[in-house]
Amino acid sequence: MSGAPSFPVNCVAQHMETTAEYDLECISVSKKFGTVQAVDDVSLTIPKGSFFSILGPSGCGKTTLMRMIAGFEHPNSGDIRIKGKSVVNTPPNKRNVKMVFQHLALFPMMNVFENIAYGLRCGGVPASEIETRVKDVLERIALPDVANREIHQLSGGQKQRIAIARCMVLKPDVLLLDEPLGALDLKLREAMKIELKLLQHQFETTFLYITHDQSEALVMSDNVAVMNSGKFEQIGTPQNLYHDPATAFVAGFVGDTNRWAGKATSSNGSVIKLETDTGRQVSGAARGTGKISQGDKVTAFVRPEHITAEKLDKKSRAQTAAAKNVISGTVESLLFNGANSRVLVRDQSGDLVEAEVVLTGGSQDMKPGDDVTLNWAAQQTMCFVT
Amino acid sequence: MAQRKNPAILFGYRLYVLAFFIFLAAPLLAAGLFAFNDSLFPTLPWRGFTLNWFFNDTEPQLGMFHDRRLLRGLYYSSIIAIMVSVLSVFVGTCNAFLFVRGNFPAKNFFYILMVIPLVIPGVILGISILVLASSMANSVENAFDIDLGMLRPGIFLVVLGQFSFITTITSLVITARLKKFDETMEEAAFNLGASRIRVLRTVTLPFLFPAMFAAGIVSFLVSFENFNTTLFLVGSEAPLTITMYDRMVKVGSTPVLNAVSFFLMVGSALLALLSIVAQRDKSGT
Amino acid sequence: MQKDIRRLSLILLFTPFALWIVLLIILPHIGMVILSLREKVAPRVYEYGLANYIDFINEPIYWNTLLRTGMMSLLVTTLALLIGFPIAYYIAKIAGNRTRGALFLLCLIPLWVSDLIRAFGWILLLRETGVVSSTLVWAGIINQPIEFLYNDVTVVVGLVYTVILFMIVPLVSTLDGMDNSMIEAGYNLGGNGPTVLRRIIIPYAMPGIVAGCIVVFMLTAGSYLTPILLGGKNSSWFTEQIYDQFITRYNWESGAAFGFLLLAFTSIVVWLGLKLSGQTLSTTVAKS
Repeated sequence: MSGAPSFPVNCVAQHMETTAEYDLECISVSKKFGTVQAVDDVSLTIPKGSFFSILGPSGCGKTTLMRMIAGFEHPNSGDIRIKGKSVVNTPPNKRNVKMVFQHLALFPMMNVFENIAYGLRCGGVPASEIETRVKDVLERIALPDVANREIHQLSGGQKQRIAIARCMVLKPDVLLLDEPLGALDLKLREAMKIELKLLQHQFETTFLYITHDQSEALVMSDNVAVMNSGKFEQIGTPQNLYHDPATAFVAGFVGDTNRWAGKATSSNGSVIKLETDTGRQVSGAARGTGKISQGDKVTAFVRPEHITAEKLDKKSRAQTAAAKNVISGTVESLLFNGANSRVLVRDQSGDLVEAEVVLTGGSQDMKPGDDVTLNWAAQQTMCFVT
Repeated sequence: MAQRKNPAILFGYRLYVLAFFIFLAAPLLAAGLFAFNDSLFPTLPWRGFTLNWFFNDTEPQLGMFHDRRLLRGLYYSSIIAIMVSVLSVFVGTCNAFLFVRGNFPAKNFFYILMVIPLVIPGVILGISILVLASSMANSVENAFDIDLGMLRPGIFLVVLGQFSFITTITSLVITARLKKFDETMEEAAFNLGASRIRVLRTVTLPFLFPAMFAAGIVSFLVSFENFNTTLFLVGSEAPLTITMYDRMVKVGSTPVLNAVSFFLMVGSALLALLSIVAQRDKSGT
Repeated sequence: MQKDIRRLSLILLFTPFALWIVLLIILPHIGMVILSLREKVAPRVYEYGLANYIDFINEPIYWNTLLRTGMMSLLVTTLALLIGFPIAYYIAKIAGNRTRGALFLLCLIPLWVSDLIRAFGWILLLRETGVVSSTLVWAGIINQPIEFLYNDVTVVVGLVYTVILFMIVPLVSTLDGMDNSMIEAGYNLGGNGPTVLRRIIIPYAMPGIVAGCIVVFMLTAGSYLTPILLGGKNSSWFTEQIYDQFITRYNWESGAAFGFLLLAFTSIVVWLGLKLSGQTLSTTVAKS
């Protein structure tokens, strides 16, 4: 840190509070707009210095939750604590939670320096200290020479970093980021993902990041909460969410999957057999908390990378274990994308199945019209009761 | 360009546009240029260049800057225009916040009420305000024996009369700008620790300022050139347009009127330019 | 507490608006209507009734003047639209980037020149000793100076001139907001010039056209200087009658009635125009 002893009071409070290892806690927070339950009994705790994301489709309530943490909305019930202290009755301009807005909301009538100094001025920091702190934060974001530029002279990525610097100069307890990468083009977005992660490490501040883009959440976060219809579906590490989704929603929302609706024809606890609505027999494994019994309606998910596609003429390979699902079909089209290439196969029941393939460019590659078999392990069929 | 016109049609079109701009400029040039003709009448032939109609201090070529009545008219016009601008920009700004931020029943109805003064003929605004003010003054006089001079025709009524419809113009200009304001900018300022007043002073008003300035200039110009409403409300302090009209009807056209016209056209053109420059968004968004 | 602040600021903002609209628009108009229903029967003795309106109906000069004012105003509005639309279209869509700004400036700058100066300019051009007449004599085209003033054609030309910029400026802004690719798509899908104009450009510009027409019509019907100065004493413009009743005859009651009739008449025309074009006041004038 810059060494300026800025908020001594906070430091004392930090040592005295017992729950201070959490920078941010939400306890059973709910918010209703008219008859719409935007946020429904949501709880979360974010440990100090971590990168936490809330991932969900638009309209799931994630923005409302963030606005409650920033203080722009008042929860109907529940408590929000920052460094262990309840802030529910603190007005937004008194909370030490800073926010990077979706469209950044940099002030166009001020230059970069004035934008960054704005919060310091509001806090009554003396002019000489403002000077050094703005300079310091500009160096940290690797833009030491832009202090006198106007906002409209900056590139998209520079604006992004200035918006973060404008918050970080105030040394917030938590930095909120509301889909700040949404307005950038694809290339820059990819670069900014990495940059954001590095900035977070450098400032050692807790970041709470909101997005509907699963790749942003998966790449950057230590922990991700998947939100749907005002509720958290699952909180966990990115790997956790991907490989072990707790609900059908998480399985469908995080990562690409094939998805079938069907009915369980037999069940022995973990391994089940099901018949899809189109009449295909598939064996799979129950995931999540709900137990699957015979006759239950089931949704099954299989990730494309777990499905192996083989040309029919390669008779050599044996169809091994009984646990494996094997279906045959015809290649409808190839989706070439380098190492992540996929093949779309129309199976005999008329479903389209997406599977990963290796396309080397040689003559052995699959072509549309080829007859193929698809096979995958029962463990990889993630089944949820619907 | 999407047009696939043949060159002859395009040429004809250009000629038409040129003809229009000549039509637009001709009377203004006639009104302005005769100010420099060294003659007692604003007619051809051209008798040589002179600035007498601006600066000469003796009859018969008494210049506008030595003509007492014209100068007084200019003075009253300026006073009225400044008061009208200040008032109408203030109320226009309030209206902009009211209609962009406020939430109240029958908002659409009130919005239309706000626009209506712009389409009421100026003559009617003039007489209706005259009628109300006079009847109020009369009742006060009959009941309390006090003469409320300010409700009789005079500067105060002229200001009210012009204010009554110019406020619609300022409201529309400032509302349009406030609608473009990204409200998250205010939230960002709150979030950075600013108080409500400070947000207004440092973020919202600076954003609105170009529109307020432009609206002020437009009010000034509209007030300065207004005739129809003013005609019924004017007292002994006649503003410039009334003085000029008087002169035109009683004395006939004299080149000093051309001098005033020239002065007014140059002045209003400069102010109009200034308001356009002020409204140009420098952020380019 | 947050709610109280909100309510308080709403009231504070509403007060100037209410004072303005009630004191300067609504009450004066009510006062005018009440006055128009009053008739002087003896000094300081008044009776309420429709006498002023009956006078208006019984005197053909009055309602002829009102009808004539309305018809001429409609003519002026139509001419302003027909002349102005191509100009606006040229500025917004055909002129190159730099000329566009310059031409638009040329329209904006004289927008606020007083009617008085415009009419004065026309007088200097068109009167018997004016520029046009003396140039024609000098060129030998005519041998006697001609008086171009004091006829209806001159009044219409002068009125079109006075109001046309109020048509062009809103039209330019509307057309400017129109995406060029819309016109291109129109041609691309097989339209020709007239169909693209009729099916794409005009419907798109309709709010601007209607806004321009309303403002121009009201300005023309309510104008005073141009008809008087260019048409002379017998130009028969209705605002002249109002002025006459108010100032010359000092018959305020009848003047108020005339004022109300002018307002009602023009409002009905505007209302009909809005109905026919399927627009509303808030989609047109309020937008500009």
